[in-house]
Amino acid sequence: MTDPEILSYTRETGDFSRLLESVPYARFIGLECERFGDDLIFRLPKKAENLGNPILPAIHGGVIGGFMELSAAIYLMMSQDSLRMPRIVDFSLDYLRAGLNRETYAECRLTRQGNRVANVMISAWQKSRSQPIATARAHFLLED
Amino acid sequence: MTDDIRMNRVRRFIETLNQACELGLSVETAGEGTLTMCLPYSDRIIGNPDTGVIHGGAITTLMDTTSGSVILCALEDFELCPTLDLRVDYMRPAEPHKPVFARAETYKVTRNIIFTRCEAYQEGGETIANCVGTFMRIGKEATPKSYRDLITGGEA
Repeated sequence: MTDPEILSYTRETGDFSRLLESVPYARFIGLECERFGDDLIFRLPKKAENLGNPILPAIHGGVIGGFMELSAAIYLMMSQDSLRMPRIVDFSLDYLRAGLNRETYAECRLTRQGNRVANVMISAWQKSRSQPIATARAHFLLED
Repeated sequence: MTDDIRMNRVRRFIETLNQACELGLSVETAGEGTLTMCLPYSDRIIGNPDTGVIHGGAITTLMDTTSGSVILCALEDFELCPTLDLRVDYMRPAEPHKPVFARAETYKVTRNIIFTRCEAYQEGGETIANCVGTFMRIGKEATPKSYRDLITGGEA
């Protein structure tokens, strides 16, 4: 993750494949990321291994949390000139709708960045961005 | 209900959760309104390749699963209760190559909502993370009888 060459490659090209390849947990859940202008959209493709509730079936709430948490960390790393994965301090997650067994998206917003701590809002949706399945808020420690 | 019945219900329940199986989550102990589960270390869930520290997302899944499953240890009848929210505080990174345990309790059960607390820790007892959660009671009829029978194993 701290490989400066991979980070500068990602910043220059907007190609996240090498960066994500270097984080085992990103591969484990199947996280992908694409850049549109300055915006980043994170994607969690449909994956049977990510399911929890087998009746609906629905994506495991923990996977939705992990997806949003990792999205926020990558977003933060790309939005500043940090070479380090920011360290998460706390994470508060509201589940608004069941995350069904289909592709899920997430976007992040930097609410406030101080010298040492950053506050990031994350929203995840499936069918429509205006109907999020979960929203979250995270604090990260910025150490360089 | 005995602790053995609680333990068996939770075991059967987590066997139906794909992601819990992927992570290799297992039940350690079950009591009335309490449950301890274990997440084994794996290279596949590393978040920081330089240190080998597992990603917070795997801890979140461990705590969500333990908090959701402790409900089975608190209610006589099996009810599937969706998570309303989770708040996780990370105290310190988990030490690599060691399992992480999560101990959860239901500290308040009402007609509509179940409130849980959960602590993740490693051997030696140092806290990795704390989590509080709320779960919605949607009634046991909201879950198909066949699935309820699968979990209770026809015991109740």
